[in-house]
Amino acid sequence: MSSAAIVVENLRKSFAGQMAVDDVSFAVASGSTTALLGGNGAGKTTTISMLLGLLLPDGGTIRVLGEDMVRHRYRVLPRVNFSSPYVELPHRLTVAENLTVYGHLYGIDHLKRRIDELAEELELTAILKRPAGKLSAGQKTRVALAKAMLNRPEILLLDEPTASLDPDTADWVRGFFQGYQRRSGATILLASHNMAEVERLCDQVLMMKQGRLVDRGSPRDLLDRYGRDDLEQVFLDIARDRRQPSAQAAS
Amino acid sequence: MSGGALRRIGAVMLRHLYIMRGSWPRVLEMAYWPAINMTLWGFTSQFFVTHSSWVAQTGGILIGAVILWDVMFRGNLGVALSFMEEMWSRNLGHLSVSPLRPHELMAGMLGMSLVRTTIGVLPAGLLAIPLYHYSIFDMGLPLLAFWVNLMVSGWAIGLGVSALVLRFGLGAESMAWVMIFALAPLAGIYYPITTLPAWLQPLAWALPPAYVFEGMRGVMQGHGLDWGLLAGAVGLNLFYVGAAGLMFLHVHHVARRRGLLLNVGE
Repeated sequence: MSSAAIVVENLRKSFAGQMAVDDVSFAVASGSTTALLGGNGAGKTTTISMLLGLLLPDGGTIRVLGEDMVRHRYRVLPRVNFSSPYVELPHRLTVAENLTVYGHLYGIDHLKRRIDELAEELELTAILKRPAGKLSAGQKTRVALAKAMLNRPEILLLDEPTASLDPDTADWVRGFFQGYQRRSGATILLASHNMAEVERLCDQVLMMKQGRLVDRGSPRDLLDRYGRDDLEQVFLDIARDRRQPSAQAAS
Repeated sequence: MSGGALRRIGAVMLRHLYIMRGSWPRVLEMAYWPAINMTLWGFTSQFFVTHSSWVAQTGGILIGAVILWDVMFRGNLGVALSFMEEMWSRNLGHLSVSPLRPHELMAGMLGMSLVRTTIGVLPAGLLAIPLYHYSIFDMGLPLLAFWVNLMVSGWAIGLGVSALVLRFGLGAESMAWVMIFALAPLAGIYYPITTLPAWLQPLAWALPPAYVFEGMRGVMQGHGLDWGLLAGAVGLNLFYVGAAGLMFLHVHHVARRRGLLLNVGE
């Protein structure tokens, strides 16, 4: 296994006395794709927010690319990026304007050329001059991806990247992630509710429930241990406490 | 300040300049209200010139006051609206996970305030020349000192309002208008501070605009620039804008602890 791009130890976060993330520890190997799974309110978004430095933990440590994320987040942020259908880009700006603004924020050299490259790669050329607010869900996702790719991130954090996309577009997006990772060796951590997506993309799965990490392993390991044919059944086993794994692997 | 920081501050401003470029009605509106305000007060002033010996001594004193008050008002709005625009468009999350530091966001908002204030107030100042044969630019260099001081006062209020909006959500957005109008009666915009009841006067002298408007009347009445008043305005402004900046940075830190940056928006 290659070195870890993300190392989380004993991470804790509570809101108004309610534990949102409770003593969570995990590592994500460089160049791998890891899924963070769990039902609504399991603590996935809170965990990703802390990995991005958007939220300060109550306790524990987060090291991203070897740096302490709480103390040195600005050494890390230029090397990471993030995409979520729930965090939108300014609607009144055109696609090109949005990418230009974020390109400057990330200090991208030869920005015009980079935007043209991404527009071609993500099939955005025809909509570069359209306001971001007037795009379809699929187009918005591709624009958000272009923004996330501007700085050629070493780590890509994705929050439900294919939510609300039709199967064709979702498949295209998954293929894009695979291609990017093959070319760049980037590390990808994604939160998803789409189990087929997780099986296709991920080397490792982290299962969260009520703020705790309750199981982990490769998709194949989890299927074997729970005696299931697909991850959706494993997810339901864990969410509903209806079946225990044959060998406890969550450490 | 590094080149990277300047580029990020420029990016914050560029984002708002793109919005302005894409919406001429917005730009016209910026200039519209100061121009209407000045026109209204210009006619009022013309009336008073023939009915008030105090105003008659110095033509244009009310017009000058209304234009300079708009500098402070627009300075405040320029900061607060730039910040609220990020919240309305749910863009704060993306900005907060980019390499943009909170103090750079703040600097970008102040830069946009300068642009918005100039677009808003300059046409009103120019319009007063043909309409009332009064040029605020005749004040010369003291005008620059007054302009800068009032804009910095506006920045202090705008940063304070932005901090409140970040802490309490968009429900607090009306503060952008409420707070500055609460200060207006004490600022001595249209009358000397001695007009206020004695118990209110110390409160007025705790506000930088009181020094500026007293100074402006002095210059217009031919007494020259009162350096003591200018020093008072500069000292208080440094204190207030510094405190407001620290408050904004502190609230930004609190927002990271409480998760307030996660789901902001309408």
